[in-house]
Amino acid sequence: MNPSLARSEVPVWNPRNYLNSPETGLKSWLLTQDHKRIGVMFLVATTIAFALGGVFALLIRIELLTPGPTIMSAQTYNRMFTLHGVVMIFLFMIPAIPSGFGNFLVPLMIGAKDVAFPKLNLLSFYVYVAGALIALFGMIQGGADTGWTFYTPYSTTTITKVVPVLLGAFILGFSSILTGLNFIVTTHTMRAPGLHWTRLPLFVWSIYATSVIQILATPVLGMSLLLVAVEHAFGWGIFDPARGGDPVLFQHFFWFYSHPAVYIMVLPAMAVISEVVCAFSRKNIFGYKAVAYSSLGIAFVGFFTWGHHMFVSGQSAFNGGVFGVLSMFVGIFTAIKVFNWTATLYRGSILFATPFAYFVGFLFFLVFGGMTGIALATVSLDVHWHDTYFIVAHFHFIMVGATLMAFLAALHYWFPKIAGKRLPEGWGLVAAVMIILGFNFTFIPQFLLGNEGMPRRYFSYPEKFWPLNVASTAGASVLALGLVIVLVYTLVALKWGPIAGSNPWNSRGFEWDTPSPPPPENYETTPVYTHGPHQYDLPGVETPPAATPEPKHAS
Amino acid sequence: MPANTTYLAHHFESLEKQTYAARLGMWLFLATEVLLFTALFAGYGVYRYLYPEAFREASRGLETWIGFVNTLVLVTSSFTVAMGLERATRGDGRGTRLLFGASILLAVLFLGLKAVEYTHHFHAGELPGRFYTSDAVQGPGGPIFFALYFLITGLHAIHVVIGMTVLAVIGWRAGRGAYAAEYHVPVELGALYWHLVDLIWIFVFPLIYLI
Repeated sequence: MNPSLARSEVPVWNPRNYLNSPETGLKSWLLTQDHKRIGVMFLVATTIAFALGGVFALLIRIELLTPGPTIMSAQTYNRMFTLHGVVMIFLFMIPAIPSGFGNFLVPLMIGAKDVAFPKLNLLSFYVYVAGALIALFGMIQGGADTGWTFYTPYSTTTITKVVPVLLGAFILGFSSILTGLNFIVTTHTMRAPGLHWTRLPLFVWSIYATSVIQILATPVLGMSLLLVAVEHAFGWGIFDPARGGDPVLFQHFFWFYSHPAVYIMVLPAMAVISEVVCAFSRKNIFGYKAVAYSSLGIAFVGFFTWGHHMFVSGQSAFNGGVFGVLSMFVGIFTAIKVFNWTATLYRGSILFATPFAYFVGFLFFLVFGGMTGIALATVSLDVHWHDTYFIVAHFHFIMVGATLMAFLAALHYWFPKIAGKRLPEGWGLVAAVMIILGFNFTFIPQFLLGNEGMPRRYFSYPEKFWPLNVASTAGASVLALGLVIVLVYTLVALKWGPIAGSNPWNSRGFEWDTPSPPPPENYETTPVYTHGPHQYDLPGVETPPAATPEPKHAS
Repeated sequence: MPANTTYLAHHFESLEKQTYAARLGMWLFLATEVLLFTALFAGYGVYRYLYPEAFREASRGLETWIGFVNTLVLVTSSFTVAMGLERATRGDGRGTRLLFGASILLAVLFLGLKAVEYTHHFHAGELPGRFYTSDAVQGPGGPIFFALYFLITGLHAIHVVIGMTVLAVIGWRAGRGAYAAEYHVPVELGALYWHLVDLIWIFVFPLIYLI
């Protein structure tokens, strides 16, 4: 008698899986070195952070419902948009896909038993938790009101509790570095026999490119945040113009990380989309090498574009022009991906399921946000739009829109893999429509507001901006409702959802070669790869045989 | 193969791959350390460009002989660490412990000299930012030089302390026979870290004391 089978109460397809083996207690989760469990813990933690950041966002939108004060003071409002930015960027968007889904999927996709350094992986999670708690402590103590960019000299003189928030972000950076380091080494050393670089799933390629950015850019950010904290606490004057310091130097340091950080958020989104588009059009990717190398291209060029955040900071017109042109190179690499994804759809057998709906949303947000990005990289136009709601709408489209779509696509596509259950398809499509439409109604009015000259981060505004602000808040409510629906049916499906089976999508991504949920060691015998992922034209690659005993169905 | 069963982690197929992974991970980690200091070096470059005179004067006021002796001390400690690693490749754990111990003593000497130097700065009022009370250098360049001086050397000193801890733990384990001639990767990685700490000082010394 299989002891784990006897212990398992949950009816699942694969009776011995990572959820119930080797143990099920809380301690076995908190001290686990299994990349799948760590990935799930990251997903739970980042989802909580996402909910928190979402609450801040709604409070901001409610405040902006009327031109004057609505529900909070100006000081509280400043804290709200800062905390919204800090939580969403450092606690949700940077770790959610790489540390959450990436942790779960990368070893499965390369036929490995685990990541290269499992203990470091667990450490990365606890470093994340520590950083989050310190940042949270700062928020409870009064929060920061500097905006997530922490621009000096304001950030070094503000009376709010900026130091714990800075230290929290500094520590979160180390979590990011450790995860990136782990993925690079894992991709280099843990690939199963036959899995050449040209057969590597595109998800892994893109996560690899992300990891390179995480390793190279994050230390610089950590250092500059630390400098701001030192200056705020002790007055050392590095960025203080009154003491001969140069505040613009901080902007250079900050954007040297934070512009590549945009690609830390978007490349994992592209990673997810490259898998989803293949699985749901039942075709291999149109241009494998183009998509793979363009990820590296984005990671490389992303390091030379930071100056486009500083067109109005007094840098020379020549610098502005160079940074503008370099920024447009990112558009070229992104366009290569977009064309290849759409070409993949051509003559594919498309299954319009929930993940595919999010793929469509992703494509719209990426292209719309990307095109406004090209416009913003043009110096003369940026001078008009700088620090207006146009910028806010632009980066929400490209960063948040794309990342959120990919996160939800990943959730719906891999939920059967992770939990062994299915999400309700009908509710999924309803929520997808609400989220995509709500997102558009939130941010398209903000494009218009910015173009008319409404500055970002302002507590009140002239009455002529009122109608569009109401429209934006209305859109945000629809968006929030859609997200709540997703949360509710995900939690319901976790307990009462129908059994998914090993491969409900009949996908030929490598991660589906093992039963769902996967056994603790991923593969009973190390797989040998003779072809790339998503080869739907190959005969004889059947879905894995049914596990014995037959699954008990949840009624 | 006793070595394989003792040292191989469950998720690696061979000891060679595991060693390769550990080395690659360490080199990547060292790259992040270099970038951490690069931010400070870049800041130093920018302010030296803005205040060339003040930086030259402030730099001339430092006690170059302490910096020079400290450079010799650290290079010697790197040498003893390399000898300790060479012992480990021959399976001589006790030799590794002895040589790593010598390196730690040299590191203590380094920190002691650094402390003497810091004390002199405190007495002379050569302190960062608003604490600067010395009249040796006029204008804002002096306080900024000493802000960067304390940041760079302070961060380096923290790395020295971390490196000493690493050497102590690994040396102690090596002395107890935890590694063997066919498996001494932790010794190698610890030595790599120490060499990096040393190498960063090789950049700090000319940057702050000489030019």
